[in-house]
Amino acid sequence: MRRKLYEMTGRILLYGCTAITAGLLLFLIGYILLRGAGGISWRFLSTAESVIHGTVGILPAIKNTVFVILVSLMAALPLGVGAAVYLTEYARNRRFVAAIEFASETLAGIPSIIYALVGVILFCTALKLQKTLLAGSLTLVIMILPTIIRSTQESLKTVPQSYREGALGLGSGKWHMIRTVVLPSSIDGIVTGCILAVGRVVGESAVLMYTAGMSMAMQSFSPNRLAGASGATLTVALYHYAKENADFSVAFSIAAILLILTVIINSAASFLGGKLKRS
Amino acid sequence: MDAPILSARNLDFYYGETHALKDICLDIPEHNITALIGPSGCGKSTFLRTINRMNDLIEGVKVIGSLTYRGEEIYAPDRDVTDLRKNIGMVFQKPNPFPMSIYDNVAYGPRTHGIRAKAKLDDIVEQSLRDAAIWDEVKDRLKKNALGLSGGQQQRLCIARALAVRPDVLLMDESTSALDPISTSKIEDLTMELKKAYTIVIVTHNMQQAVRISDKTAFFLLGELIEFGDTEKMFSQPEDKRTEDYITGRFG
Amino acid sequence: MQVLFTLCGLIAVGFVLLITIYLVISGIPAIRKIGLFRFLFGKTWAAGQNQYGILPLILTSLYGTAGAIVIGVPIGFFTAVFLAKVAPRKVANVIRPAVSLLAGIPSVVYGLVGMCVLVPALRNWLHLPAGDSLLAAIIVLAVMILPSIISLSETALEAVPREYEEASLALGATKLETYFRVSAPAAKSGIAAAVVLGIGRAIGEAMAIMMVAGNVANMPALTRSVRFLTTGISIELNYSQDGSLQRQALFSIGLVLFFFIMLINAFLNLVLKREKED
Repeated sequence: MRRKLYEMTGRILLYGCTAITAGLLLFLIGYILLRGAGGISWRFLSTAESVIHGTVGILPAIKNTVFVILVSLMAALPLGVGAAVYLTEYARNRRFVAAIEFASETLAGIPSIIYALVGVILFCTALKLQKTLLAGSLTLVIMILPTIIRSTQESLKTVPQSYREGALGLGSGKWHMIRTVVLPSSIDGIVTGCILAVGRVVGESAVLMYTAGMSMAMQSFSPNRLAGASGATLTVALYHYAKENADFSVAFSIAAILLILTVIINSAASFLGGKLKRS
Repeated sequence: MDAPILSARNLDFYYGETHALKDICLDIPEHNITALIGPSGCGKSTFLRTINRMNDLIEGVKVIGSLTYRGEEIYAPDRDVTDLRKNIGMVFQKPNPFPMSIYDNVAYGPRTHGIRAKAKLDDIVEQSLRDAAIWDEVKDRLKKNALGLSGGQQQRLCIARALAVRPDVLLMDESTSALDPISTSKIEDLTMELKKAYTIVIVTHNMQQAVRISDKTAFFLLGELIEFGDTEKMFSQPEDKRTEDYITGRFG
Repeated sequence: MQVLFTLCGLIAVGFVLLITIYLVISGIPAIRKIGLFRFLFGKTWAAGQNQYGILPLILTSLYGTAGAIVIGVPIGFFTAVFLAKVAPRKVANVIRPAVSLLAGIPSVVYGLVGMCVLVPALRNWLHLPAGDSLLAAIIVLAVMILPSIISLSETALEAVPREYEEASLALGATKLETYFRVSAPAAKSGIAAAVVLGIGRAIGEAMAIMMVAGNVANMPALTRSVRFLTTGISIELNYSQDGSLQRQALFSIGLVLFFFIMLINAFLNLVLKREKED
């Protein structure tokens, strides 16, 4: 009797909780797409907001997002891969390795609002970058660094020791060996790290709101005015429309776009991750 | 002779398309040690695992024919599998104590079957550990994690754990193959002691072991039961040429 | 080349030091001016009246996180058991990527849905003047920590050796008894790590909460508008003047939050270390 009750309660909990999760998933995805998809049109994607025409467009936000992704990756990628190579190929001093690993774990756990604070005080104020996309991107570099370090390190660890010995045995130098043997065979992991980092950048809002600005106007990305560009990325634009303009249909359209981007990023990462596991 | 405790009649077993057991007919007598021998992949372990329905866990298995325990069909549709497994205990190839205390390991089965009273559990735990000849080694550290024991001790703990639910039959699936010779001989002695109270079926790849401890031996080859009979007779005058080849070490 | 790579490693450590040092340097002045006790245990936060007590913020963050854990962990745990042990492969293969999608959705999107669905619903059901409340924030946070709880617990449950489960089944336990009494205890450090990470995520979330919690620095109550440590920073960061006491106090909140996060990290390391030793 007691066992039957246990069995029944267990079953109800398992199926019930899974149903809640599944229902939540369906609801979130369905609701966002339903409310958002209708507003997405070519004009919505390819123009800026125009008060005169009374039209809404998010091209500036898209451009800003792409800019932030590119700049932050350009800085974080060499740094992160370099740190990972150092950790797996060169480091001898155990304590230093432990310090770096602890540092990168800590960085990964720090909430983005704290990055925002540091970005404001360090890049916007101390380095006098003001609220610009550049300041935002640099703040994000610190944020995505651990992601890239970790995933590069993981794939470097899977490169068989025999490859390294083979290359060194042929008389190639250490750096030559790393460049020709180790890095090429861990390229999947590095790319996966980049994709995950892009995911974080796309989803980030708190940092960018305070370091990169909230303007919805078109920015100039010409080289000499680059440093002054300032504006909202997609997530910040969403916040702007929802909370400050109470224009929910635009907000949901942006949400739908973000949802689709997340799907793309996730499937790319899991595709590459699967490939990594197989090799 | 008494009615057999386990009885197979024209038993066939399939893993998907693979015909793993072919037309097995076999009677296992009570209070005996029956050894199942044969080369790897011959079906001896499969047969063992059909007895307590552990094969149910694999997808796409099919059982045809009759297999009875005390006259009742093991694969009857209304069979209570948990009750069956309570009566037919199992000890596995690798010692597999749960990652909890020695006490909780042994008490796990009785608790599962509804025994809560502390005094009663204490009794069962002590008795089972004594029966498994490990009480003296662990009585002072019952609350310690079972994974701290040596391999041989872990296996005897697993035997104690199986005994704690008061089974009728004990299945042992190559239960000494992961152990050193001294632990092995301890478990062999224990097994011979246990047959007074239990019916024991062992799978072994070690023919000396079968000779040392079993009363009956069944020789399997490619899913077929080739020969079954008294151990002494089978190892001195095998009836089938293939049995002879196997026990004299010509293959396997 | 080695020098260059070492430099990269140094920079990673440097960033953490930099963040810590900057937070401490810029967080200390306000605390000194206000007084540590009055800052941490003051019940009123009102920048206009020069009152900077963050007790309501601290309590809100603690209650909010606890609430999210109380709701999110059981749901996540049972879903993980279902996915790891019970679900047919086809079903699991549909739910699993959907869960990782849930993990990847930007927090402002959660805030948006919370704002448009949850907040009005709470207002109607509970007959509140406004639905922006601690309760709304707790529900949003619970949903947001759900995916990491599910996927980490699932990984831990799947790593449980099959032999444990076989032993339990062979003793006559049912499958469910086996999952709850053998598999889950065997996976306990992994599940604990999932919970700790969930706590970290909940206590650090800002944007989604900012959109549903109402952001008034009240002492926390379920149906009241509240301000978390994170939103305490974000609400005023854009409106405070450089160098003002208000701005400095925001950095002090950051320092307190950082302290909480470090505490959680240390705890997580402890859990993971214990797992390694087992």
